[in-house]
Amino acid sequence: MSVAPAPAPTAATERVSGTGPRPRTRRRGRWGTQIFLTAVALGFLAPLLLAVYASLRPYDETAEEGYFSWPKTLSFDYYQQAFTDSEMTKYFVNTLIIAVPGVLVVLFLASFVAFAVSRLRMRGGIVLVMIFTAGNLLPQQVIITPLYTVFNKIELPYWMSDSYLMYDSYWAVLAVQIGFQLGFCVFVLANFMRTLPQEIIEAAVVDGAGVWTQYWRITLPLCRPALAALGTLQFTWMYNDFLWALVFINTGDKLPITSALNNLSGQFFTDYNLLAAGSVIVAAPTIIVFLLLQRHFIAGLTLGSAKG
Amino acid sequence: MSLTSTRGDRGRRRRGARRFNRRDRVVLAVLLGLAILIDLFIIWGPTVASIGLSFTSYDGIGDITWVGLDNYRTAFTEYPQFWPAVRHNLMWLGFLGLVATPFGLFLAVLIDRGVRFSRFYQSAIYLPVVLSLAIVGFIAQLVFSRDQGALNALLGRQDNPIDWIGDPDINIWMVMIAAAWRHTGYVMILYLAGLKAVDASLKEAAAIDGANERQTFFRVVFPTLRPVNVIVMVITVIEALRAFDIVYAINRGRNGLELLSVLVTDNIIGEASRIGFGSAIAVVLLVFSLGFVVTYLVQELRGEKNR
Repeated sequence: MSVAPAPAPTAATERVSGTGPRPRTRRRGRWGTQIFLTAVALGFLAPLLLAVYASLRPYDETAEEGYFSWPKTLSFDYYQQAFTDSEMTKYFVNTLIIAVPGVLVVLFLASFVAFAVSRLRMRGGIVLVMIFTAGNLLPQQVIITPLYTVFNKIELPYWMSDSYLMYDSYWAVLAVQIGFQLGFCVFVLANFMRTLPQEIIEAAVVDGAGVWTQYWRITLPLCRPALAALGTLQFTWMYNDFLWALVFINTGDKLPITSALNNLSGQFFTDYNLLAAGSVIVAAPTIIVFLLLQRHFIAGLTLGSAKG
Repeated sequence: MSLTSTRGDRGRRRRGARRFNRRDRVVLAVLLGLAILIDLFIIWGPTVASIGLSFTSYDGIGDITWVGLDNYRTAFTEYPQFWPAVRHNLMWLGFLGLVATPFGLFLAVLIDRGVRFSRFYQSAIYLPVVLSLAIVGFIAQLVFSRDQGALNALLGRQDNPIDWIGDPDINIWMVMIAAAWRHTGYVMILYLAGLKAVDASLKEAAAIDGANERQTFFRVVFPTLRPVNVIVMVITVIEALRAFDIVYAINRGRNGLELLSVLVTDNIIGEASRIGFGSAIAVVLLVFSLGFVVTYLVQELRGEKNR
């Protein structure tokens, strides 16, 4: 933080103030900024690199030398162990069972609500958007207690839940994920749809299109960028969720991957290198998704704030 | 909702002939109804129920007995973890709000000036945001662990190691740094988007009027970022009140890492199953957050009127 970058004049100031002592300060400022940002960026990457590095080294070695030392042995043993002993694959499947339908249902319902509010211009629509949005802003713990109680009372047939209850089933986590994320998606999509030209809908109405056609055939295709962005973001969030499954799922075998990671830390002894390998395995898909779909990812977050 | 929609319906009918036919109404009722039902069943119903349960001694099995304010009294006066948890939540809020958020804004301003390699900086700083907070907790242990951690090695303290995570006096600060690692990038991205949308002629006009860069930023650019500021404020508050995963992944929120969210979870899914009491703590959390949520909604409504 000690490097306070000197003010770099914009193109405009340069044009106005002309030459003088300023270009030199500017160059020095640029260098300072450059060095500072490089340091910060590397600092932000360092913990991740440390996790990767630790996961490749045996526990005995790092226990003696610490994580910050030259390696004697590097191996993928922990990754193998994570996949064979801890059956990570199974937990990945559990995550997909929850996140894939979750994202699809959330996007479908939220886009319809957003459509009804911002395209059909229903009265009271803004109140509806607010009720959804405010719901997304509550701390999760506020809704846990009653849901925990209710899910323990809702009986489901065996083919839906082998516990015969909504508690300890994927349905519980799925329902909560959908309910909780609806708010954010409605908010973002309603803002996005407001920027679409209203004439398209009017033309469709003149042609006799019903509500469903206006929604499914006309509005949704225009929302593809927003849906891609939100879908990427929502998938990551549901994938990253830790709390819901922890509270609503009791059987270890049903846990999604992020919550299952907690099992790698033992009651009395924790092999942190194994935990590092597990963290890298769990983080890898989100990082890959981010690197591939960075544009969508950032668009998803900023759609909500940059309003049309 | 059905009430408002029919009213809207009737209002429209004056202009057009019939706006919705029967099929349209069925589609609207089913899909809007489903979304609203889910929202009520999962979010607002339980919120109200939490408030109700907080006045009872419900334990999940027996009868629901009304105990008035007893749970709150117990929490405020007897429950030893309550005040430390409140303090930690407030510290968390202060740290994110006064350190991580301004730092994110600062980075956004630097990157927005168009430095070279800005894509790299942006991605690197943003990367932690895609990680689960639980993973942030696990990675923090690698950095801060007493015997093997990188921090002690960097400081050259292997012989006299500091237990960054185990010492209840300092561990909350380490965890907050880990949380800030993730929060900074989030704030930065939001401000970068906001800064891109600022009209360049504003800055030029300020420069012509002789404003230096600092004045231009604080007097001209920053005020136009108001919508982003509101979103960032809401996110900061919500993140601080929701903080749970990191501490739970590290040590289940004990030994100096108590948070209100942990206390609620412990009281409900722990063996004690003190649902009434857990709800009371949840309501405290709710009251904290509602202040900010309402501020935000008022802001939104005002924006809506100006639209």
